[in-house]
Amino acid sequence: MWRYFGRKLLIYLFTLVAAVTVNWMIPRFMPGDPVQSRLARASLQSPEASAAMAEYYRGVFGLDVPVWQQYLNFWGSLLRGDLGTSMWLFPRPVTEILAGAVPYSLALLVPAILLSWYAGNKLGAAAARGRWLDNTVLPLGYLLTAMPYMWLALLLAWSLGIVAGLFPVAGAYGFGLQPSWSLAFAASLAAHWFLPFLSLFLVALGGWAIGMRNLIIYELESDYASYLQSLGAPRRLVRRYAFRNAMLPQITGLAVQLGTIVAGSLLTEIVFGYPGIGYLILQAIRNQDYFLLQGAFLFIVIGVLLANFVVDLVYVLVDPRVRVQMQGGAA
Amino acid sequence: MTRPPDEPAAGPAGAPAPAGHPAGRRTAPVRGAHFALRNRKLVGGLSVVLLLLLMGAAAPLLTGQPPNAEVGPPNQPPSARHWFGTTNFGQDVFAQFVYGLRSTFLVGALGGGIAALVGMAVGFVAGYRGGVVDEVLNMITNVVLVLPSLAVLLIAAAYLDDRGVAVQSFFIGLTSWPWAARAVRAQTLSLSSRDFVDLARLSGTRTAGVIVREIAPNMSSYLFMTFILLFGGAVLAAAGLDFVGFGPTDGVSLGLMMHNAVNWGALQLGMWWWFVPPGLGITAIVGAMYIMNVGLDEVFNPRLREM
Repeated sequence: MWRYFGRKLLIYLFTLVAAVTVNWMIPRFMPGDPVQSRLARASLQSPEASAAMAEYYRGVFGLDVPVWQQYLNFWGSLLRGDLGTSMWLFPRPVTEILAGAVPYSLALLVPAILLSWYAGNKLGAAAARGRWLDNTVLPLGYLLTAMPYMWLALLLAWSLGIVAGLFPVAGAYGFGLQPSWSLAFAASLAAHWFLPFLSLFLVALGGWAIGMRNLIIYELESDYASYLQSLGAPRRLVRRYAFRNAMLPQITGLAVQLGTIVAGSLLTEIVFGYPGIGYLILQAIRNQDYFLLQGAFLFIVIGVLLANFVVDLVYVLVDPRVRVQMQGGAA
Repeated sequence: MTRPPDEPAAGPAGAPAPAGHPAGRRTAPVRGAHFALRNRKLVGGLSVVLLLLLMGAAAPLLTGQPPNAEVGPPNQPPSARHWFGTTNFGQDVFAQFVYGLRSTFLVGALGGGIAALVGMAVGFVAGYRGGVVDEVLNMITNVVLVLPSLAVLLIAAAYLDDRGVAVQSFFIGLTSWPWAARAVRAQTLSLSSRDFVDLARLSGTRTAGVIVREIAPNMSSYLFMTFILLFGGAVLAAAGLDFVGFGPTDGVSLGLMMHNAVNWGALQLGMWWWFVPPGLGITAIVGAMYIMNVGLDEVFNPRLREM
């Protein structure tokens, strides 16, 4: 079973290397010269100034050494936690800016992922083979999964925020407040948190419900379910066994969907101006802040990898067959 | 940002048994058409998709003006003259919508198509060859699967000076194939030990020949459904990319409309007609395709039919 973890870790290591390599390669090997395009955007008049700027950018990108050395330098500074300096919030380091945004992103993501997974599974399990519930949950589930994250966010912001005026729709707390440990601040924080959370929760909910419904139907067709039924086991008991078996693929599914949900959270944050990583990405794009953008990319990749690893751990804990193997018994 | 809602490999109800039944091959299409026409999910989903496709194709006929032209007073709610109202710049939202549908379908077909091709190639080879080839391809698949694709797309788009729909589709296709490869690989594995595959191999057919002539035809319905899911995923990915601000530099798309709406304060000004239609269009296309897929599944897999 340690082989299983070794394999997983190897995949994550490869993924990290691939991500860092992509991050390093794209500015260097994309068509067009990043230095030139930056100069063009700065639209300088005098040739001396643009020559000086070109020199500066070449130094910043480390383009004045051989390619293989550039790659090693890139890793070196990365391992020291140095992701460069932001141009938008000059001269703050990118790592520091991103670290400040991570708590907001996590505050949205963790509850939204866990609650939608839990609620979606329960809903899907209840809907399976239930005439009335199935006919509502299934179409609704497909509708929700087909929605672009930002559109649902826009609809919620407009209906509950602007028209009904129930919730604020911009920022993480009121403009007149300073972060502090006061009740007023906490209330403002919660009010600003609710809508982005709700929209993430709802889009993810549909997919889990559909997946669980299909899995339960499949489980109920299997031999052990028919056997239990023919013994006269109560319906609830059979369903409970089916649910426990269907949980495992859903946990694997959670690992697969993590990247998508994180991407969705970026879009949702942008709609609500919620100061997480997604909002920083928008600002980075608007302000041509490439170091911030690339730093955000690495943060996201590392976050997704860590979360994947947690899911792997949970899977081992939940699956009794794997657990037995871990304890040295023969499965 | 691919979002296979019920990735065929995971949802057993979405896994049609790719049974090769040489007998009855002639009558199968006829019977298939019979069940296809009677399936409400398939017919309903297909009608929505075709209607929107027609609207996109007939865009110049439906609206007299180019999508980005200033044609009326800014900031108007929907009226008889401007069906979906106008933007802050006096552009007709309906014109932008019908032209935007074009790029949405294009991105779906191209991006989904590229992803399907890569996924199929990787899945077939990995499943059929096995051994070291399988190990390596599997590793690559897992790496790309874990990478959050929107983040990769953002980085790639940031360094492109002019972005078109084709380039966008290319990158979306290159990042969204892994789950398809996994699904195809699993199906190929189960097929490649069948007698008719062994027979083809014994009679000296090459790997490519066995895959194209023996394995692929026996899971064609599965491949088609995989493509539909990839299509939907590509549409959503493109919409997200456009929304962040990396839309096509020339032209319109539904995601770009939402980007502009948010950028120019449609939310605060209460201009719902600016951001509701594009999102609704995307939801309708993708949702209809997913429903269509469920219908197709029932047509191809008799055990799922509601009798």
